[in-house]
Amino acid sequence: MVKESEVLHIAELADIGISSPELGKFTEQFNSIIEYFDILDTLEITESLERPLVNVFREDEITPCLSQEDALKNSHAPEDGYIRAPKVI
Amino acid sequence: MTDNYNAYLNTTEIPGTGSGILKGIRVSIKDNISTKDIETTCASKILKGYIPPYDAHVITLLKAAGATIAGKTNMDEFGMGSTTENSAFGPALNPRDLTRVTGGSSGGSAAAVSAGLVPMALGSDTGGSIRCPAAWCGIVGLKPSYGRVSRFGLIAYANSFEQIGPMAANVRDAAKLFSVIAGHDKKDSTSVSRPYDGNVVADIKGKIIGIPKEYFAEGVDKDVAASVREAIGKLEELGAKTTEISLPSMKYALPAYYVTCTCEASSNLDRFDGVRYGPGPETNLPWHEAYTKVREAGFGPEVKRRILLGTFALSAGYYGKYYVKAQHAKQLIAKDFARALKTCDLLAGPTMPNVAPKIGELTVDPLLMYQTDILTVPVNIAGIPAISVPCKTAHGLPVGLQLMGRMFGEESLLNAALAFEEAV
Repeated sequence: MVKESEVLHIAELADIGISSPELGKFTEQFNSIIEYFDILDTLEITESLERPLVNVFREDEITPCLSQEDALKNSHAPEDGYIRAPKVI
Repeated sequence: MTDNYNAYLNTTEIPGTGSGILKGIRVSIKDNISTKDIETTCASKILKGYIPPYDAHVITLLKAAGATIAGKTNMDEFGMGSTTENSAFGPALNPRDLTRVTGGSSGGSAAAVSAGLVPMALGSDTGGSIRCPAAWCGIVGLKPSYGRVSRFGLIAYANSFEQIGPMAANVRDAAKLFSVIAGHDKKDSTSVSRPYDGNVVADIKGKIIGIPKEYFAEGVDKDVAASVREAIGKLEELGAKTTEISLPSMKYALPAYYVTCTCEASSNLDRFDGVRYGPGPETNLPWHEAYTKVREAGFGPEVKRRILLGTFALSAGYYGKYYVKAQHAKQLIAKDFARALKTCDLLAGPTMPNVAPKIGELTVDPLLMYQTDILTVPVNIAGIPAISVPCKTAHGLPVGLQLMGRMFGEESLLNAALAFEEAV
């Protein structure tokens, strides 16, 4: 059983604000969904995971790419060719 | 173009540059596929106003083939949903019954084709998002094999499952559109070199079709099952042989899918913090606080729910219980399909367990919505291709026959679907 305090902690980890009414509803829905996931717990692991993927490498060559202007076009408030972000420290 | 179905988020008429097989043909694009200089929102408030500075690889191919880009279509926000009701811009309406949903998440593309606004459209399919709305709106939809179509420029939600694919009024048009988009792209490291020549011919005679009993189990509407059984009977009349098979690990499919896709979503959607695109955070606030506010206002409830579920399933103490088990379940399911497709050429069953529900019917309970994906997610887990083709209606509404094939066996699927389409 997941508690409201745990959902709130998860929301903090994910940087998602949730309102008080949303919290109760999410917790309730969380529990019914997680209960449904629990069938995975009945699965007995008898063989190891195969990993058929291989790395796809390429030569590190200079190719055309987005201009600085295009790369900044969608940012909220670019300044002197930089993106403006919230303060970190 | 008059859109009475809320099928479009943005209408455009941008002529293609080349003169290939799609010369002058209008093709609509799901709004999670990047289109240079055309707003691309994934039907989310967090991307409102976002103008991609580049085209997705499939758009470059469409333009070169001469297609006109005819608008961006409505969808569930970031592809998360099975009805297109999770769009931040209101649900798309089913042209076959305006009180019902289109299915999702590529609901706008399905509605546009079903209503005859365009002959073909692109959708994307993570757990059924092409096949579900194709079935419920009465059109053809193909989920290609994983890797056959480039995902470059597709805004990711659960990248280990999703593929871009064609939606069209008939099998020939779906094949034509698929022939343009299939092939290798070095910008997508999961892309493989398997082009499609577009040469579709009705062919089902002598093929062995496996009928997984799980596709007719409890929960599948009796009238839908009857319609699909009748369609399979038609394939037998055309010379196919059928045999009942079982996919015993299918009971794990839905939880394995939802655990994996929510985990991937929690990581993929991390980038939406308003800084490089979107509404812009309050830069005078500390960054956690600023991002938390942007994401609270920008994401809809289903997107928040999936990010939170994924964050939970990946968090310390739960990773082994959910994510690791889900990966093992995926392997078992893929092996079930590989085993079945050793002896069978194709598998057949319903695309959806029921007909299109009324608007609002499934949004009351997220788990109820997830469960409607039970017959579509298994092929995304296995990576194999599947097509939904309209068969006889049930309750007066469209039903989809789903044909599933071997990895990179789209040719056989399209040929079988054409044989069926021409016979009914």
